Amino acid sequence: MNRINIVGAGLSGLSAAITLAENGVPCNLISLQQSERAQSVLAEGGINGALNTMGENDNTENHFNDTIKGGVFLADPNAVDGLTKGAPGIIRRLEGIGVPFNMKDGEIVLRNFGGQKKKRTAYARSSTGKIIMSAVIDEARKHEHSGMIKRYPHHEFIRLLIKNGSCTGVRIRDSYSGKFADFKGIVILASGGLNGVFPGMTTGTTQNSGDVTATVFSQGVILGNLEMLQYHPTTVGISGKRCLVTEAARGEGGRLYIERGGEKWYFMEEKYPELKNLMPRDVVAREMFFVRRDGECGDQVYLDMTGLPEDTWKNKLSDLREEIIHYLSIDPKTAPVPVKEGIHYFMGGIDTDINHRTNIENLYAAGECACQYHGANRLGGNSMLGALYGGRTAANAIIDGIKNKTGFSDEEPEFLDISDEPFAKEASSVLIEKISEILLGGLGIVRNENDLKNSLEKLSELEKKPRNEREKNRIALAFAMLLSALERKESRGAHYREDFPEKDESFRKSGLAVFDDGKIRIEYREIPERRSE
Amino acid sequence: MKIRLDILRRESGETEPYLQSIMFETEDENATVATALSEINKSEGIRDLNGKRVKPIRWECSCLQKKCGACAMVINSHPQLACNARLKDCEKNGCIKIEPLRKFPVVQDLVVDRSVMFENLRLMNVWFNEQTKADEGSAEISYEASRCLQCGCCLEVCPNFYAGSEFFGTSAMVPITRIISELPEAQKKEILKAYREHGYSGCGKSLACRNVCPAGIDIDRLLVNSNAAAVWRRKIGGRNKKK
Ligand SMILES: Cc1cc2nc3c(=O)[nH]c(=O)nc-3n(C[C@H](O)[C@H](O)[C@H](O)COP(=O)(O)OP(=O)(O)OC[C@H]3O[C@@H](n4cnc5c(N)ncnc54)[C@H](O)[C@@H]3O)c2cc1C
Ligand code: SF4
Ligand code: SF4
Ligand code: FES
Repeated sequence: MNRINIVGAGLSGLSAAITLAENGVPCNLISLQQSERAQSVLAEGGINGALNTMGENDNTENHFNDTIKGGVFLADPNAVDGLTKGAPGIIRRLEGIGVPFNMKDGEIVLRNFGGQKKKRTAYARSSTGKIIMSAVIDEARKHEHSGMIKRYPHHEFIRLLIKNGSCTGVRIRDSYSGKFADFKGIVILASGGLNGVFPGMTTGTTQNSGDVTATVFSQGVILGNLEMLQYHPTTVGISGKRCLVTEAARGEGGRLYIERGGEKWYFMEEKYPELKNLMPRDVVAREMFFVRRDGECGDQVYLDMTGLPEDTWKNKLSDLREEIIHYLSIDPKTAPVPVKEGIHYFMGGIDTDINHRTNIENLYAAGECACQYHGANRLGGNSMLGALYGGRTAANAIIDGIKNKTGFSDEEPEFLDISDEPFAKEASSVLIEKISEILLGGLGIVRNENDLKNSLEKLSELEKKPRNEREKNRIALAFAMLLSALERKESRGAHYREDFPEKDESFRKSGLAVFDDGKIRIEYREIPERRSE
Repeated sequence: MKIRLDILRRESGETEPYLQSIMFETEDENATVATALSEINKSEGIRDLNGKRVKPIRWECSCLQKKCGACAMVINSHPQLACNARLKDCEKNGCIKIEPLRKFPVVQDLVVDRSVMFENLRLMNVWFNEQTKADEGSAEISYEASRCLQCGCCLEVCPNFYAGSEFFGTSAMVPITRIISELPEAQKKEILKAYREHGYSGCGKSLACRNVCPAGIDIDRLLVNSNAAAVWRRKIGGRNKKK
């Protein structure tokens, strides 16, 4: 039998690799860059799990309910059941590999995080992702030393090898030598979100280009809920990307305003007198959009933190202040900061079952590239959890299917020059920018049929010119995203249609994008009932 | 702002490096070297100072907010992160010189192969063999040690480090401190030995590495702690773990 091939070495890929290794199954861990460079290191806020250390009578059922409600009943309840029940164990395991979570009296401290009724988010100051990653990378290194995990850390996914509808391996390219190799065996995709589809518009890394998802889509892998993009309301534009301004800035008293008739209008405070600036992310983002569109207002929303006490700057938001001064030359203590919504998370992606199997045999997907757990909106702190749990679940499903754990072939496939690999040529950055612009025209915070159709038309224009394979795949993925948003004629979670502003029960279904014989169609699948205990 | 970038380019490790000058113009006063490199690469038809068409410049980046270490390079003779290096802070008479890190084999242009850093961590056995738990005493040290980006800037300035040497440098001494801060009894001997052999004994204490770390890691504090355990057999930050 061949080693298992994992594409992506962020939290989900590492989690899968470690689980396989612990169970005596060797794997190849393939990634464009080292794990230290994966987007997972950027996570700041924390990871959710009902550890119930804060005396609030929390339990996994509460976590389940908050997750399902946050996802507006679009997530698979049986998958979420496993996720939330597994969460405390995952955090304990992280503690067991030495993650220095914030502690008090020997117990992990949990904090409040958006959309959750109880304190449930474990954190390591303001760098939770980086600190968790360092411990998980060390754990993987142990298995690299024993040979169970073999790293290919400057290697690019080119395409899946598929035979008779079943995945037989993956073709990769060594980005240093330029040579290709075919790695045979089961494949787990853990390649992260679709940042590269929106260059400069997301809070994530440039490394996750979206090419993996675009390619496998064209190879027949079904994608789900592609219209579900999470916008974070407060990001600032820095060179080449959107930089997250943590929710804590508003939690500590930051206020949003826009200029109207020469005056500052604190619109959130007027419109939502109760929760004010602390309304859920999607509501804030949408309101920002509406006031900007309002003819009487300016076109820039500001985050005003000038009233925050000295103590808060010193003890709670010092990192944030330093960052804003560095990147924007604005001192948020004395001047308002221009903010805009940025794309922060992709709830949609490769469609999987509860065991992270895709529609193609022997192909799995986990982490942000997969469509699982988060439904129509993700709770902060649930994605690192989903990545760790998802990677582990995929690995376990594979392990269960292996009868004989000895006799893994240790032969490394040969790296060769291939001059005619059609999927190797990069998409032109000019085209990528064009596609992004078209997509943003239809997939903004507030959507409607007109804009979506308009974008589809423009995309059809792009399709007419001769394109290389990757360019064709990216255009196909863009079509699938727009069609997914067009077909869902309701508003739910991150998907807001001003022409259908209400939730519609008949759309409480997973939207699936299928690429069949060069044609894209959108289908819907019922959400299963939660199995009783 | 108009800046002339003098970039040390190279087709591969086997060919000779050459300096190429490219003009970059921007309105953005906060633009960084990373901005310049990506903007230049995005433009259609990149030209050098003489108007000759040139190929896109190969370099690595990922987070663009100084959190991943991918974009480390030598800018005006100082190793630093391109995404952290603002043009207005770096330019001298309107010029900025950009070179790849010099302690690693060049792959192409500004991309170097830093595999040796990761291999060294493996050779030092930087991991826990058994379950552990950071307690409140060791958490501080453990946290600080976990922040290393594996960027390699510290190695660039270290007089004692070269690829292949027995001395692994700060980029190894910092992460191993995470393990030392817990000091599991079963691993104690082997970990401290690795630290002494590949860290402490090769370090000339010239402190050249102290001011270059782009993550601002408190290297002194970490190494004082590890030295205490490995050389003086004392524990400062964390505690000794009995199983
Ligand atoms: C600023 C920010 C803050 C966040 N804060 C939080 C938080 O507080 N809590 C939380 O739970 N979540 C948070 N998230 C989300 C969370 O970080 C991610 O969803 C999660 O880490 C994704 O992990 P992953 O393993 O799926 O992917 P990633 O960590 O993105 O890893 C993807 C891997 O795939 C590889 N790859 C990509 N393309 C290719 C290719 N073509 N060929 C080969 N390899 C490839 C990459 O090299 C990388 O190794 C945050 C995200 C951001 C951007
Ligand atoms: S103190 Fe000097 S010799 Fe020691 S690691 Fe730093 S630069 Fe190298
Ligand atoms: S110690 Fe600092 S300079 Fe050295 S590799 Fe780590 S982050 Fe980079
Ligand atoms: S791109 Fe991540 S540190 Fe510069």
